[in-house]
Amino acid sequence: MVACGATASGGPASSGSSGEASGQVTVFAASSLSAAFDDLGGAFHTRYPNASAQFSFAGSQVLAAQITQVAPADVFASADKTNMDKVVAAGYSDGQPKGFASNKLAIVVPAGNPRAISSLADLARPGLVVVLCTPAAPCGAYAQQALTRAGVQVNPRSQEQDVKGVVTKVSLKEADAGIAYVSDVMAGGPSVTGVDIPDTQNVVAHYPIVRVKSGLNRAAPQAFIDFVLSPEGQAILARHGFGAP
Amino acid sequence: MASAHPDRLTRSGPRTLPPLALAGGAALGILFVTLPLVGLVLRAPWRSTLTVLGSPEALDAIRLSLLCSLSATALGLLLGVPLAWVQARVSYPGRSLVRALTTLPMVLPPVVGGVALLFAFGRAGLLGGALFDAFGIQLPFSTAGVIMAETFVSMPFLVLTVEAGFRGVNPRLEEAARTLGAGQWRVFRTITLPLAAPSVFAGAVLCWSRALGEFGATITFAGNLPGQTQTLPLAVYVLLETRPEAAVLLSIVMVVVSVAVLVGLRDRYLRIG
Repeated sequence: MVACGATASGGPASSGSSGEASGQVTVFAASSLSAAFDDLGGAFHTRYPNASAQFSFAGSQVLAAQITQVAPADVFASADKTNMDKVVAAGYSDGQPKGFASNKLAIVVPAGNPRAISSLADLARPGLVVVLCTPAAPCGAYAQQALTRAGVQVNPRSQEQDVKGVVTKVSLKEADAGIAYVSDVMAGGPSVTGVDIPDTQNVVAHYPIVRVKSGLNRAAPQAFIDFVLSPEGQAILARHGFGAP
Repeated sequence: MASAHPDRLTRSGPRTLPPLALAGGAALGILFVTLPLVGLVLRAPWRSTLTVLGSPEALDAIRLSLLCSLSATALGLLLGVPLAWVQARVSYPGRSLVRALTTLPMVLPPVVGGVALLFAFGRAGLLGGALFDAFGIQLPFSTAGVIMAETFVSMPFLVLTVEAGFRGVNPRLEEAARTLGAGQWRVFRTITLPLAAPSVFAGAVLCWSRALGEFGATITFAGNLPGQTQTLPLAVYVLLETRPEAAVLLSIVMVVVSVAVLVGLRDRYLRIG
């Protein structure tokens, strides 16, 4: 439910071009964004006290499917172009998607790297339990690209629905390794370690964001997108391991 | 048909109209349950039924679902029938605590069950760690893991049903058998179990249907890999994002199975009154 705040009350004097952003913005965002967007949401609310963002995090392919089934989203932030294109093609976007962040892949292993994994080629080692994202999820498609570039064939033991599933299985030590984003390794805390993938094999993930054609309130969703693209929003994303768009 | 059942009277009753509030509520209730099913049937791409259901992915999921749910039922019978008998016939301190604990998976969100299973039987878990170190056995991400997850969630349905069945067996019959010299095990085999057979059957079917629909504990504990751990509900969930029409057809397979279970059980278990 969108609770409209008192728009007549003038708001803070500092409010810029986005004007009277008020009410609740429902943001559907890729799993890998969860830590960064939670932070961003707090800063957004500080900047626009009459507005707040609530998040639904899942694999971008899950969110795209929900939006095309008319889920009540105001903003969609995808981890890849493929799933953003699905939403645009189905006519649910309002305006052009804008790139707001980039990310890279890393091999994620339990803390201390007990199986001494140093490259993508090591993931093909027999007996190693590797989990990847499902090919429909951005992280799964990117991982497949990286493995192809490295000329490595991996038989994953599970295809997780989103990147957090991969990190969780590794941090619980059920999996010996997985492929996730650099930002997830940072968000995963002390229970996981990242192993770098060289640029020649790595894939750069571009994150687009767009307003979803939904409701009455367009100012607040636009304010959120502008905030993500602002220096303050970009600084928060950088702190969580994301690169510039 | 024409038998003079005691409840015959109440069934035909006096022919007055039901109160509007009750009739309206009932009609809404019927709509609420049937409308989603109608939606599913209307959205189904019937023309591609054979190609979708005949695809290796769908066949794998169906095969895996049958294998795992039937194995979970067998395991449930093996562990659940003795547990139900102990609960029904042995009085010991802490019996209600045991009953609460063993029915907990019915109420617990299945995802929580999956996480709990990881902590117990995962490679870094209480028992799973020893299993892995000693034999190299890893239950998560394996078909055996799916069977365990399904058993964990569905066995309580069997235990409760069978326990009620055992309680319904007249203890005097068991006593009579014992006075005639039969041992406890023989009494169980020849008196208690046959008399409670309808409950055991109903419990097994309930357990099986719950196992067939299991999703949360399975995807958490056993992961998702086509051919290994991707059962029908997992396949439906994954396909919903990539090939929705295939997901709808697989959903209908599950609806048909559920209807068959209900029809099969209607006389044994779902009798009202």
